[in-house]
Amino acid sequence: MSEVQTGGGDKGKGGKPKAKKMSTHIDMTPMVDLAFLLLTFFMLTTTFSKPKTMEIAMPEKPKDNTDVPQVNEKKVLNLVLAENNRIFAYVGLKPTEDVVEELNYSENSLRKKLFERLRGDSGSMVLIKADDKASYANVVSLFDEMNITKQKRYALIDINDDEKKLLKEKTGTN
Amino acid sequence: MPHIKPKRNNPRLDMTPLVDLAFLLVTFFMLTTQFRPEEVVSVDMPSSTANIPLPDRNVVMLTVAKDGRIFMDLDGQKERAALLKRMGEEYKVSFTDAETALFGNLASWGVPMSSIKAYLNTPQSERKKFPQPGIPSDSSNNELSKWVLNARLVNPKVRLAIKGDRETPYEKVKKVIQTIQDKPMVNRFNLITNLKEK
Repeated sequence: MSEVQTGGGDKGKGGKPKAKKMSTHIDMTPMVDLAFLLLTFFMLTTTFSKPKTMEIAMPEKPKDNTDVPQVNEKKVLNLVLAENNRIFAYVGLKPTEDVVEELNYSENSLRKKLFERLRGDSGSMVLIKADDKASYANVVSLFDEMNITKQKRYALIDINDDEKKLLKEKTGTN
Repeated sequence: MPHIKPKRNNPRLDMTPLVDLAFLLVTFFMLTTQFRPEEVVSVDMPSSTANIPLPDRNVVMLTVAKDGRIFMDLDGQKERAALLKRMGEEYKVSFTDAETALFGNLASWGVPMSSIKAYLNTPQSERKKFPQPGIPSDSSNNELSKWVLNARLVNPKVRLAIKGDRETPYEKVKKVIQTIQDKPMVNRFNLITNLKEK
């Protein structure tokens, strides 16, 4: 918007010459332009949402094999994360065909299972074993599920050979 | 017959309130802004319900890109300069004061020690194009563990944060976790996520 010349209407009329009144208006348009330019700049460069973080405490590495903590295998739920967002769950030591079941990341599959475990017995424990091909997002969402279901004991540990074999059978690839 | 002129409204608006508002907002943004750190590699973080904010200070950030390259970042100019000096001593690379000062101001880095001097001496306009293959973390040449170890010596209060891409294969993240568990013996660390919309 620029200044528009007005008040040229009564030039032709007679009368005494009036002292020309200067307009007290300042054209603020450039100032507004500048202000909004700065505003846009700061709005675009600012970061409001600080990244959030989840704290993870990994189990300490045992110094030798005698140091490995013993757990009751019936209380351990193993979750094996595979590629393409698949999860295989089993309870116990060995992933045999009859105990393995496939879960997914939806609320009434994995979460239901976790709640069930938690309700079922007090000392339950979850072991998360991610395959090399599982994505990082999978691991994070698993940790997230642990927080949501308020699991007391869970750990991220390496996948073992039995589970690797299981994945090979289930997914058909290595 | 007098010609009746339609009364013309003055088309000028009083912009003063607009200016007031605009400058108020400018001031607000100027005071609250924190410039987004320059990102060497774009990372799409997974989301979670965790809502602990990441502290501003004393954070070693390990970024694991989609392709597995590892970048490291440490806040604090002095700490960064001291870290580079220590690393230089360890790998027999000497840095001038100008180079360490420059390193203190840069964003996260992902170059092996062998080429970090060349990286620092690249003019600023070219630096973005400098190939950054990531910090080596193989068992034969595990620079990552040295970086983290020295960062902890430079600033003992430092926390480790891992920032991985949604699609990073777990293998790569596992390597980082194993490295920091192995050498500097850090069992507590943070995973950086976005807040999930619920």
